[in-house]
Amino acid sequence: MTNVLRGAAGLALLAALWWAASHGGWVSRVFLPTPEATLASLAEGLREGELAAFTAATVQRMLLGWGLACVAGVALGAAIGLSDTARAWLLPTLEFIRPLPASAVMPLAIAIFGLSPAMVLAVVAFGAMWPVLLGTVHGLVSVHPRLREVAAALEMPRLAFVWKIGLPNALPDIGAGARLALTVALIVSVVGEMIASQPGLGQAILLAARAFRASELFAGIALLGAVGFVSNALLAWGERRLMPWQRPSS
Amino acid sequence: MWRAFVVPALLLAALEAWARTVGAASDALAPPSAAVLALARAATNGSLWTATAFTLGSAAAGLAIGFALGVLAGCALGLSRRAAAFAFAGVEVLRPVPSVALIPLAMLVFGFGVRMELAVVAFATFWPVLVLAQAAVRQVEPQLLEVARALQLGRAATLRAIVLPAMVPRLFVALRLAVAIALVVAVTVEIAANPHGMGYELMTAQQSLDPALMLGWLGWIGLLGWGINAAALALQHHVARRMGAAA
Repeated sequence: MTNVLRGAAGLALLAALWWAASHGGWVSRVFLPTPEATLASLAEGLREGELAAFTAATVQRMLLGWGLACVAGVALGAAIGLSDTARAWLLPTLEFIRPLPASAVMPLAIAIFGLSPAMVLAVVAFGAMWPVLLGTVHGLVSVHPRLREVAAALEMPRLAFVWKIGLPNALPDIGAGARLALTVALIVSVVGEMIASQPGLGQAILLAARAFRASELFAGIALLGAVGFVSNALLAWGERRLMPWQRPSS
Repeated sequence: MWRAFVVPALLLAALEAWARTVGAASDALAPPSAAVLALARAATNGSLWTATAFTLGSAAAGLAIGFALGVLAGCALGLSRRAAAFAFAGVEVLRPVPSVALIPLAMLVFGFGVRMELAVVAFATFWPVLVLAQAAVRQVEPQLLEVARALQLGRAATLRAIVLPAMVPRLFVALRLAVAIALVVAVTVEIAANPHGMGYELMTAQQSLDPALMLGWLGWIGLLGWGINAAALALQHHVARRMGAAA
């Protein structure tokens, strides 16, 4: 309990610092609005619906992209993880593409698909797919040899092996990958909104900064932080519910 | 080993064939050979090197700041339970803010240029390094800390003589992760806002409908990213072997 109090005190200290820095004129108001102004912008934006609509658009983009990434990542990962041949031929190529920044693929996607919401969604899914895919591959490869022997002795068909042994074994890796993928999905969604001018928080904060409306900018950043915080917390909770035997490493 | 190159070679050959026949009029894709030529032209007129130096330089500077601050803060929070309790809520509130959300703010504060880019990179690398460094301090053998107490070492001496050396392998794991993040964030900042560096060149090539140059830049960024990540991973393994594997 004291730790909770201490945490709250730390947070209050942070807010007080912000208040003092903006009111005391340590930092120019152009960059750092007062907490009150930020809250007012936040309340107004949410009440009049503009910020709320942007937030909904960004969250929808993030979740859709993440969902696509999870489905594609698990399916591809299972296909690759299951076969030694596929691993030998494909994995090096995938390892090469993986460090490529997802945002760097965006110009290519714009050239091919144009500035559309579907283009942003495709890039979000592409960028977020890697942690899930590699997690699935890793989880399938690390199935205990004894379990493989059991499956062979039972003459389990391949699909049954994947479903009954492979994927449950890979679940912790997939979960960790999915959590990382959600973070990536939010980041790529925001970048996509910024460069492809799709309605959403990314576009909103860029426009606010260009118009020197710092309080609106901070309201948008706060909302993005809240989206990241809530989605991550929900996923961690879901992971604990789904895999009670596994303590997720935070 | 040779099998690693078959799939990329096939893909490139297919793209080459398609772009030379059916897609010869395409504004979106170009044959890989043309992309290599475009990149070679960029290398001779120097834009390749200035843009690469800008991106890598600001990524490295931002990484240095974010990593140093992250290790310092991580050590402080790892050594004192009370400090960790105080900071916990603040860290958990600030950490999930996506780094790209700070691009407009950095733009407002620093204008375009190196400083805004390294600020965003430093922010993005700070949090994961903080979390990993804090965990690394926590995982220092309790017996080593007992030795420090028995020797009546002060806080600073404990940190320097016991904790930091014991953390080193894990710090290199954090460094490897932070290197990957720094590179991605730097390119992203350039694509989204900052009119310098490789990301901006890539964006410009797309906007001027020069698919060969665009693919050239994309391939170059991919190659650099792969090389740097591989080097960071090799460094991490090397350190882990030298220090007795802990990671």
